[in-house]
Amino acid sequence: MSATWSPAKAGRTYAEVPEEEKRRLFEEVVADPRYEDFLYGCYECGICVSVCPSARFYDFSPRVIAQALSREDVDRFYEILMEDIWNCAQCFSCVRCPRGNNPGGLVTLIREVAVRHGLEQAQEALQGYSRVIYKIMLKGNQVSPDMLQPDFFPDWGPWVREFSQHMHTWRKAIPVDTLRSVTDAAWRTDDRTLRELYTIWFETGNMEIIREVDEGLYELLVEIMEEELEARA
Amino acid sequence: MSELSERLAPVSEIREKKALPVRPDPETAPRPDLREELFELEARGELIVQRVPEPYVEVTTKFGRVKKVPVDHLWHHKSCGQCGHIPGYTTSILWLNRQFGIDYHDPTDQTSCTGWNYYASATSNAAAQILVMCRNFAAAYETGYYPLIHCGTSYGHYKELREQLVHHADLRDQVRRVLDKLGKPLVVPEEIVHYSEWVHVMRHRVAERQVVDMSNVTACVHPACHYYKIVAEDAIYDPDIYGGQRTATVTALLQALGINVADYSTWFDCCGFGFRHILVQRDFTRSFAVLRKIEVMRDEVNPDMTVTHDTGCVTTLDKSQFAAKAHKRRVGVPVLADSQVAALAMGAHPFRVLQLHWHSTDWRPLLEKLGIDWERHWQEFEEDLAAIERGEKPGLTWEDAERPAIAR
Repeated sequence: MSATWSPAKAGRTYAEVPEEEKRRLFEEVVADPRYEDFLYGCYECGICVSVCPSARFYDFSPRVIAQALSREDVDRFYEILMEDIWNCAQCFSCVRCPRGNNPGGLVTLIREVAVRHGLEQAQEALQGYSRVIYKIMLKGNQVSPDMLQPDFFPDWGPWVREFSQHMHTWRKAIPVDTLRSVTDAAWRTDDRTLRELYTIWFETGNMEIIREVDEGLYELLVEIMEEELEARA
Repeated sequence: MSELSERLAPVSEIREKKALPVRPDPETAPRPDLREELFELEARGELIVQRVPEPYVEVTTKFGRVKKVPVDHLWHHKSCGQCGHIPGYTTSILWLNRQFGIDYHDPTDQTSCTGWNYYASATSNAAAQILVMCRNFAAAYETGYYPLIHCGTSYGHYKELREQLVHHADLRDQVRRVLDKLGKPLVVPEEIVHYSEWVHVMRHRVAERQVVDMSNVTACVHPACHYYKIVAEDAIYDPDIYGGQRTATVTALLQALGINVADYSTWFDCCGFGFRHILVQRDFTRSFAVLRKIEVMRDEVNPDMTVTHDTGCVTTLDKSQFAAKAHKRRVGVPVLADSQVAALAMGAHPFRVLQLHWHSTDWRPLLEKLGIDWERHWQEFEEDLAAIERGEKPGLTWEDAERPAIAR
């Protein structure tokens, strides 16, 4: 959970970080071509906060994010970058904004900067998430049946244990051809399709982003993907 | 003056805009239609617009634009969360297609949109996300079938990425260069269509073939955030449903099936999925799903089920109830997708088709209230499983599951 924020705190939490560093990261967010579509100012009406799920359970405010960016308050921006962004649920309820802002979209842009720079807070927020990145990059699916393990989802009840005992049989008992018997992905995908996906990851610099989050995972993924792409060549 | 301030519109320009007359008449108000810009780009040879095939049904969207929803020739853009963890969701969609004799294609040349990962971790970028979308669209175009998007997040994500593609020429150039390498054309469908919109336009045909009386059942509807919030345009709104003030999908289907749809005060709240939270920080997800959704429904209308139309919502609302029950919270509301409810109404097998054994919250009281002998159907399914385990059959096929299992 983020540290408690109050107006009195704004700008003082990271006083040791040079102003230039804060501004450099802020300008990176502003330079994103989507930024202008996501921020038009702020009426301070609070509609975004009233519908925000994260605002109910965390010290989190989409209004403060829109405000800080509008005012170019780089001190507050830096606090948001370090403490707030990973609390956002990305539901986009906040786009109810009468000004047309997209605070959830702004959070996405700030998160991208946090990840690109391999910030410790980003790595912390994504702890335990590496196996998901492995799956999405290699299989093109976020989740698969074999990820439903009792140790990982104990709060989902005895159902998970029962499922994991019967996974292979249950998967065979699905009449959809592309799903039947598949346990390491959500559905059966062509090898050519996955090679095209790997090409997209390499061509868009996506693999470099993964390196910032988890260098070991990056090396493993690159090795597997390059082997696949070379086999085709 | 900062660089940002320099880019702000000058006062003269703002005054000029303010001088324009206000047009309060909804009939004459502008209706945003991104298709016009798509067709312009197509005319300039920048991309191909895949037209909605006939037959289609015309529906109205939030701001009055008429949207075409295709009925036939569908390319099923599957959802990784549905296929991976709640496969009865997908099976029910395809079962409905088969019941109505729809010509469809279930592709293996498809990846997920990867949007769940993007919203969870931001370990991607705009160009990569648009390319994943366009690769899938090109794959659909090559088959001649029209994409039907199963996941609410894919649907919302694709709508937003489509806007970015249309409005940013540099992104289009980058996307086109990579697609050229893949040997694929840059194709964007005329309409981005969610499966629940297909269910919506088919609801009266579903009701015509309804064999399970559902008039004694009360349901709450959770409208999926990524269906109607990320990009508000394109979601279906109908003046006859909530006075056109909320999306009509799901609710209109349930009403057509005679189900009592009961309202509750937190209908606009998200489910608590959180993308990252559901995977690695579920204390937030469980708290929100229970305290802001399930308990509110229980306290205000005590429904027999909650019905929604997205991957994350079914997962969150269903799976979050077990731990809350241990804390003696007021839970115990079964959660189904609209496709499962429609299939059940038409007599689909609760396990071969709806695959209810993948759901966590107890669905037995609901089936009993509907007069469905779930124990008999479970016994049939257990015999299927035993036959598979004995190696007598490799798995279930449509031949096993196609025929409605419940009679009127």
